[in-house]
Amino acid sequence: MSETVTLYRGMKDLPAEHVLAPGTAMCPGCGGLQALHEVQDLLGRDTVVVNAAGCMTLLANYPYTPLPGSWLYTSMASAPAGAQGVRDALDIQLAKGRIRADEDLRVVVLSGDGAAYGMGMSSTSGAIERGLDFLYLCYDNEGYGNTGQQSSPATPLGARTATELGPHGHAGAKKDLFAIWAAHRPAYLATIIGSEPLDLARKIEKARSLKGPRLIIALSPCPAGWDFDPQETVEIGHLAVKTGIWPLKEYVDGVVTHTRVPRPRLPVEEYLKCQGRYAHLFAPQRDETMLAAIQAKVDRYWDEVGHG
Amino acid sequence: MKRVLLTGNGAAAWAARLAGAEYVPAFPITPQTEIIEAIAAWIERGEMDCRMVTLESEHSMITAAGAAASAGVRVFTATSSQGLMYAMEMVFAVPGYRAPFVLVNVSRGLQTPVTLEPDHTDVLAARDSGFLQFHCATCQEVLDGTLLAYRLAEDHRVRLPAIVNLDGFYLSFTREPVELPEPQQVKAFLPDYDPQTVRLRAGAPLSQGAAVLGGSQYSYFRYEQHLAALQALEAWDEIAAEFAERFGRRYDAVESYRSEDAEVVFFMIGSFATKARDAVDRLREAGHAVGLVRPRLLRPFPGAALRRALAGKRGVAVVDQNLSMGKGGVLHAELASVLYGQPQASDMPPVLASFIAGLGGRDIAPEEFYEMAAVTRRACDEGVTPPPRLLYTADELREMRKLQVIAHVGKEQVKGGGA
Repeated sequence: MSETVTLYRGMKDLPAEHVLAPGTAMCPGCGGLQALHEVQDLLGRDTVVVNAAGCMTLLANYPYTPLPGSWLYTSMASAPAGAQGVRDALDIQLAKGRIRADEDLRVVVLSGDGAAYGMGMSSTSGAIERGLDFLYLCYDNEGYGNTGQQSSPATPLGARTATELGPHGHAGAKKDLFAIWAAHRPAYLATIIGSEPLDLARKIEKARSLKGPRLIIALSPCPAGWDFDPQETVEIGHLAVKTGIWPLKEYVDGVVTHTRVPRPRLPVEEYLKCQGRYAHLFAPQRDETMLAAIQAKVDRYWDEVGHG
Repeated sequence: MKRVLLTGNGAAAWAARLAGAEYVPAFPITPQTEIIEAIAAWIERGEMDCRMVTLESEHSMITAAGAAASAGVRVFTATSSQGLMYAMEMVFAVPGYRAPFVLVNVSRGLQTPVTLEPDHTDVLAARDSGFLQFHCATCQEVLDGTLLAYRLAEDHRVRLPAIVNLDGFYLSFTREPVELPEPQQVKAFLPDYDPQTVRLRAGAPLSQGAAVLGGSQYSYFRYEQHLAALQALEAWDEIAAEFAERFGRRYDAVESYRSEDAEVVFFMIGSFATKARDAVDRLREAGHAVGLVRPRLLRPFPGAALRRALAGKRGVAVVDQNLSMGKGGVLHAELASVLYGQPQASDMPPVLASFIAGLGGRDIAPEEFYEMAAVTRRACDEGVTPPPRLLYTADELREMRKLQVIAHVGKEQVKGGGA
């Protein structure tokens, strides 16, 4: 594994200028907005964000937008196709000299997990297969958050959602979108989290330097959907990494590398117990079976990737 | 200008080529596929300077079309039937981008049951989408209508995408002689794409498809689209006049055929209207004052022109190749809405008879046109509008009964464990 030289050696190297304006319709403590802030600072102003239906659709709210660049809202299923149309149209105009190179835009798809893990999977698969030069940022808050946190294909085992209120929460397992996207052999693929800005910056830096489909999944702690105090967003993000439930990793040229290996791993309970969506696992009595099942899933993951 | 034999699909592809379409997001579907195959072959041979991308669905295809038009290029795309339905969310979404492009729809009946053959239920489902709609009766009209549609869609008063509709099989696969204009003639009529205020580039941020909070803002933008579509009527008259001057072929928003002195007129859209023309000629030979009125534009709906065309008629036989279940023919309702309810216009035809015909490629025989004219004339004489008629002959019903017997026998065999 070759070590790339990074601009971002320490926190002080991160961009000082923040290009996303304050005052959005996002909830206080939104982990998705936190990640978007950091990503947008690294990508700069010359971007066009192609959005799929989700929480972030309310960013561009006539006549306001916090974004420094352009915006195109499409639908829940087809944001990557919108990115295709924009990229192709820009390329056509560049080739014909109708726009200059410095008028070109980075094309960024922005969607939640509902679109990325589910409805938009076909259009994303198509865009990767066609080798589209774009960056996909999925803010993954593990449920249909904008409509009140119903279960989505990204909802993890045991989490209580608005559609799974039973004593054991979500019965299914979180879909492995990373593996699905990796199977397409994209130019770049990584998981990030806003609470690890340096790791995030190095990955966006790498993504920015490449051409082709570059895909980023940002775990996005969601105070409203996960039921915790907005001030806990960063801490919950840290715990997601330290307990190993959200592995930070990247895929380049067929090789998956873990950019943070939590050692020792904190018990996953530490992450679960500070979120209301898992409260039923702790009270009125501990659901030892479910807690063990969730821990076993995390342990099995790290065993399988050779970092057990 | 040269005269060539082209299918309706061929004419649509030639129109895209002559219009200088720079981008074609595509997806195959019968009976439209020949259009994108022709364009792909031209691009491959270097005869058309265009980028074509096959998306993974029509929903994505229309998304890419709207996105590319928003980014500043001239876009062409085409679909049919279920493809249009699959795209429908985006068909309603992209007009609001106010980034014009042309979508050719090759009409085909919708499931269930599945069919490959034409009627207009597919394209009429897009009636309220914000797309303009131009309906063709001949292959020449497909070519000319597509060029006209670009001019209309891109007009600064309009800035809305347009659907050009042709019937599957009857036009899509039928060869007719078509006058093919020279590229420079077309370029003089349709200059390079001007994105006006809608374009994406660094240094000039633009938000497309932003959300609004509240009905007031929402209504404003929706009214704007509606008013722009209405302005397309006035723009059409100018553009069609210029087209006639340049190319010698005139395309009024409403075609009237031998209807000036007619007592009874057929009212319909699409290629089957050419059958109605023949029927009109025969009926005229037999001494009946019958004509045909055919709107080419369905959106915007040329209400004033239709009132002019139908004023003083005794009766109208509306032939709908579509069926709104539980209501009837869509054109019948559309036409009624512009003819009546205005006491000052007392010379509107008292009889508006509704006929459903030509669904899923079912032919409309000359005798059926004669019968529709006779029923309408009788209604005029008796002063009683007949109930809507679903055209179906005794022979067809007999054939259907035979099929039902086979289906029934098959079922019995399955029940009995098979033969």
